[in-house]
Amino acid sequence: MIEIKRVFTQVEEIFHEFGPAPAQPLIRGAIGAVLTNPYAGRYEPNILPMMDALQDVGIDMARQLLVSMDVLLERIATYGKGAIVGELGELEHGALWHVPGGYAMRELLGWKGDRTAYKAGKVDEKPTGQPGNALAIVPSTKKVGPPGATLDVPLTNINACYVRGQFDAFEVRVPGAPLPDEIVFILAMTTGYRIHARVGGLLAKDISQWNGLR
Amino acid sequence: MTAHIRKIIVQVDETRQEMGRAVTPPTRRALAIAVIANPYAGRYSENLDELIAIGEELGALLGQKCVKALGIEPGQAHSYGKAAIVGEAGELEHAAAILHPKLGAPLRAAVEKGAALVPSAKKRGGMGTAIDVPLGHKDAAFVRSHFDAMEARVSDAPRAQEIVVAVVVTDSGRPLQRIGGLQVHEIQGKDGLR
Repeated sequence: MIEIKRVFTQVEEIFHEFGPAPAQPLIRGAIGAVLTNPYAGRYEPNILPMMDALQDVGIDMARQLLVSMDVLLERIATYGKGAIVGELGELEHGALWHVPGGYAMRELLGWKGDRTAYKAGKVDEKPTGQPGNALAIVPSTKKVGPPGATLDVPLTNINACYVRGQFDAFEVRVPGAPLPDEIVFILAMTTGYRIHARVGGLLAKDISQWNGLR
Repeated sequence: MTAHIRKIIVQVDETRQEMGRAVTPPTRRALAIAVIANPYAGRYSENLDELIAIGEELGALLGQKCVKALGIEPGQAHSYGKAAIVGEAGELEHAAAILHPKLGAPLRAAVEKGAALVPSAKKRGGMGTAIDVPLGHKDAAFVRSHFDAMEARVSDAPRAQEIVVAVVVTDSGRPLQRIGGLQVHEIQGKDGLR
């Protein structure tokens, strides 16, 4: 069922946007895996087997993305995910990515492989009061599109989705994909604040509720 | 003069399967892009030395970024190419100043040897303009299996006063190459052609 045809990674270091350059550049990374869509060209009522099969794909992609970004795990501050379905598929095929794509990065960032504990809601109580990591929902977009279609992948803080200075989106595109019978599954992570962020709101250092929101 | 860099982008494109057939080993192409300020934007300057120096700096920086992204030793690189997109307030000659006089030598150092011409493309364009970076084998321009191109594009560049500079390095030729011509194992690597 899983046939990975291409893997495309992109890492961006942003030094400034015509304002004062911060001490460290913002690093944004994305990985797109081009897979054969096993349901292309027909209506398949039960597509859930693919969702399970994508779990390991997601975990491999999240790890590869972190390697490509070449930063410490602790520096990852925001994440997002998405899918572009080729024209012989339907939007619902892209929705298969919601669970495995989200899981993959959260596991990498917070629970370090202990998926059973994650599923059971048993997470480490850290002395800081922070109950684990990657508490926030992973924002997403998806579409059906032609080869080379762009997808704006939304990005929010991994622990509190209301951190305003880290709201962002990353345009991702794999030249030549998806073909009609392909799906591009995408994960994205960054090291945090937009360059020259200055519109106020909650800061990551002030996260206090640890509920994924604030 | 050092380049005033706004952002650097590195992409790796790995093909594992094509037309139902496994590509073994997978073909891999790395693209490194720098978005820089154009020091001559909006005016005619007879002398373009600042861009020539920037080209030398970026040949090393971007070449090394590609090799690192591929995770290979410099000597394992196969093909290369370069390209530039000049923003609206610049002229095509600005791209030429970056690409042609001095970018090649440090790029060749980053991939070892490099007897062959570094194929290039240039254009003027706006934000999100795509350019196809032509590729050829670094030691012998006639290696047919390695003629290729990789698309480079930055969604928010070049702004009018900027230049997008792209370098591509691969560790392989096209997936499933099978149209003959000079093969990699036949390279003499002396005249840059064969």
